[in-house]
Amino acid sequence: MSLPPMIAALRKHKAGVVLIALQIALTLAIVCNAVFIIYARIQNVQRRTGLDETNLFLVTQQWVGAPSGDSPADLEKLDTMLREDLNALGSMPGVESVTPVNSVPLFPSSWNGSESLKPGTDMRAGNARTTFYFGDEQLLKTFGLHLVAGRNFTAADVAHKALRDSSEPNVIIVTKPLADKLFPQGDALGKAIYLDGSNTPSTIVGEVERLQVPSVGSWASSFVWNSTIAPLRMNSNFSRYAVRTKPGRLEAVMRAVPSKLYAVNAMRVLDDDSVKSFKDIRAEAYRADIGMAVLMGVICLILLAVTAAGIVGLTSFWVGQRHRQIGVRRALGARKIDILHYFQMENLMIAGGGALVGIVLAVALNRVLMSKFEMQSMPAYYVLAGLAVVVALGQIAVFVPARRASNVPPVVATRSV
Amino acid sequence: MLAYYLQLGLRSLRRNPMLTALMVMAIGFGVSASMITYSVFRAVSGNPIPDKSSRLFVPQIDSWGPGRNEKGDPPGALNYVDAMALTRAHQASRMTLIYQVGLSTLPRDADSVPIATEGYAVTADFFTMFDASFLYGSGWSTADDDSRAADIVLSDGFNQRMFGGANSVGRKITLSGHDYRVVGVTRHWDPSPRFYVAWMGAEFDNPPDYYLLLNRALDLQIDNDGRNSCRGAITYKNWGEFLQSNCVWLMPWVELDTSSDVARYRSFLESYSADQQRAGRFGWAPNVRLPDVMQWQEVQHSVPPESRISLIVAMSFFAICLVNTIGLLLAKFMRRAGEIGVRRALGATRHEIYAQYLVEAAAVGLAGGLLGLLLTAVGMSGVGLLFEPEIARLAHLDVSLIGLTLVAAVFATIAAAFYPAWRAAQVQPAWQLKSN
Repeated sequence: MSLPPMIAALRKHKAGVVLIALQIALTLAIVCNAVFIIYARIQNVQRRTGLDETNLFLVTQQWVGAPSGDSPADLEKLDTMLREDLNALGSMPGVESVTPVNSVPLFPSSWNGSESLKPGTDMRAGNARTTFYFGDEQLLKTFGLHLVAGRNFTAADVAHKALRDSSEPNVIIVTKPLADKLFPQGDALGKAIYLDGSNTPSTIVGEVERLQVPSVGSWASSFVWNSTIAPLRMNSNFSRYAVRTKPGRLEAVMRAVPSKLYAVNAMRVLDDDSVKSFKDIRAEAYRADIGMAVLMGVICLILLAVTAAGIVGLTSFWVGQRHRQIGVRRALGARKIDILHYFQMENLMIAGGGALVGIVLAVALNRVLMSKFEMQSMPAYYVLAGLAVVVALGQIAVFVPARRASNVPPVVATRSV
Repeated sequence: MLAYYLQLGLRSLRRNPMLTALMVMAIGFGVSASMITYSVFRAVSGNPIPDKSSRLFVPQIDSWGPGRNEKGDPPGALNYVDAMALTRAHQASRMTLIYQVGLSTLPRDADSVPIATEGYAVTADFFTMFDASFLYGSGWSTADDDSRAADIVLSDGFNQRMFGGANSVGRKITLSGHDYRVVGVTRHWDPSPRFYVAWMGAEFDNPPDYYLLLNRALDLQIDNDGRNSCRGAITYKNWGEFLQSNCVWLMPWVELDTSSDVARYRSFLESYSADQQRAGRFGWAPNVRLPDVMQWQEVQHSVPPESRISLIVAMSFFAICLVNTIGLLLAKFMRRAGEIGVRRALGATRHEIYAQYLVEAAAVGLAGGLLGLLLTAVGMSGVGLLFEPEIARLAHLDVSLIGLTLVAAVFATIAAAFYPAWRAAQVQPAWQLKSN
């Protein structure tokens, strides 16, 4: 088959050719970027938090008429109330362990700061940014964290302080990535560091393998694995508890929590959101990511279908228009397969041309998204895969009208209309 | 004549049901995707207070200095010391300070358990500045601000919950163990986005239950329940030290009526900062800003990125659908070249052919628009998939959106038909008649 007559024929249908090519180019650009967005979101969602996420839930509550916590007597009162709650929760049947916490990974509340090897440095000038988790000696067990070096907190390590009190803990446990950032030689254990520009040192007594920060926002992406655990009970008029249940007991325990806590002290606020399973916390944190992935997926599918339908429509029109010419070619000895190949080849040329333009558009769109929405650079194989997909789509779409063309009988050539 | 063209058009559309269905579906999907995303975008990016948005400003003072501030910009709120200094200076015709509080209370039925409530601590000017309208009573006066009265204004929803919707002015309400006197109940009034708390990221949160008198809240040492941002080593250990710290948490707004007032206020902020520099409190040159409501929403990125991305994607999707429609219309119109040739030979002008095919396209567009409307209505329920419930509930199908859907579909299709119709009008009658 020779190309020059085919190109000559295409030049007779400039508008149709340009439209199909343009549509393929735009489809390629959008589909590549959409798939890339889907991939990035899914990768985000699939990150492991470092927790053992099953059988874990969170309780957030607020006391009514509790003291403000600034005076030592107030502080002791608040801490007593907190410990009563902990005992009550810990004594429930089906509960494995319980710890007071300020937040958990993926929960929309976080306490962030910095750590430095030198005392009194400005917060922004610290050696590493970090998020802080406050809990007691049960935190590691409740979260299900893997201690890779050093020791867990003991009950004696655990202190309590007011929310507004900025004094720092004596001992801390950090994640391995944070330890390696502060001490690249890997000898973080036993070293003293300074939290939030403080002048009093805190000693690293343990390292856990992995623990994600609470925020899933892009502003936290630079320190997503830099977590610090401090042995502290935070005393204020609200409190939060993480509870691990025995396998299979999660729902029963969660249902029983409100009445248990009201029995300890009824003057407190527990609402619909107060008792929340980790599964729900995860779903809420990543709703936008999953929604965006679904939206992009749906748009991609509809887009591919629309493009295929457009190719079918225009090629059908061409086949109808060239009815007689096809008959003439058949009468002059062209086989059915030659006619089929002609239309397939023609589509390949148009789709190929459109796809080349589409590659440029896809990269340009990616650049725009990068500058406006903090997106990553799209790897080349996305564009190449997109190219293969749109060319294959063109071939599939053209097959039906092309086969209809190949079935035009040679006798058509002899008819006048 | 147009009615006749429409009849012709509908007949021709029926002749190729597949091709017609393809076009209608392409336009329907395209326009509904655009409309669903646009409805969200419209809700989050609109002007919440059109009458006054150019007269309300955020005074920003750089209290952190170079290296600590927001990449050169002053922080988005004020610390206690600066906030009080600006209030005392009385340089704007009106000024308010806002911070978020979370308190607990017992609803009126006796057997109920305590509930959490949320509100804003504000000053007297808040209500006049932001055009609050009252169901009962009114806001408090600046004199009440000065006398640090235990006044409170309830929202109509909270008044319903606490007092069954009765006129509660003068009644007492207990929040977290402290009593307040109700002086007013607002009518349903909730600007969207709630621009005045954009810095706290609360612009789409549930509406506040009440508005407390700020000085009273400070006297009671009610904790800030919203955003708090600090720099340097944190050393405060109690309420008093917290107030003196560099933490910013009080959201200031001023109302300035004329451009000369704005210029005067800006120079006041400069001179205040210069005074602080001279006094040794600031170790840097004055760095102030005075954005109005719309500028503030821009700075605070009130529009969620998902909204922008999905709008862009949906619009591009619509564009591809239109390119597709151009191709299909071209195929459809050119298939009838013979027919056009006969009509032209019988005396129809190019202009008439052109009009006929545009009318036919408009019919396709209208059908696409109706399908789009249906898909938009269905898609609205899926908005919650992508956006937080607080934002998703803002998107709704109203009359203007229905009109916009139909108009967008018809006009886009007619625009797409310009080229195919022009090609149809260019058909040479002689050539067509000869070849047949």
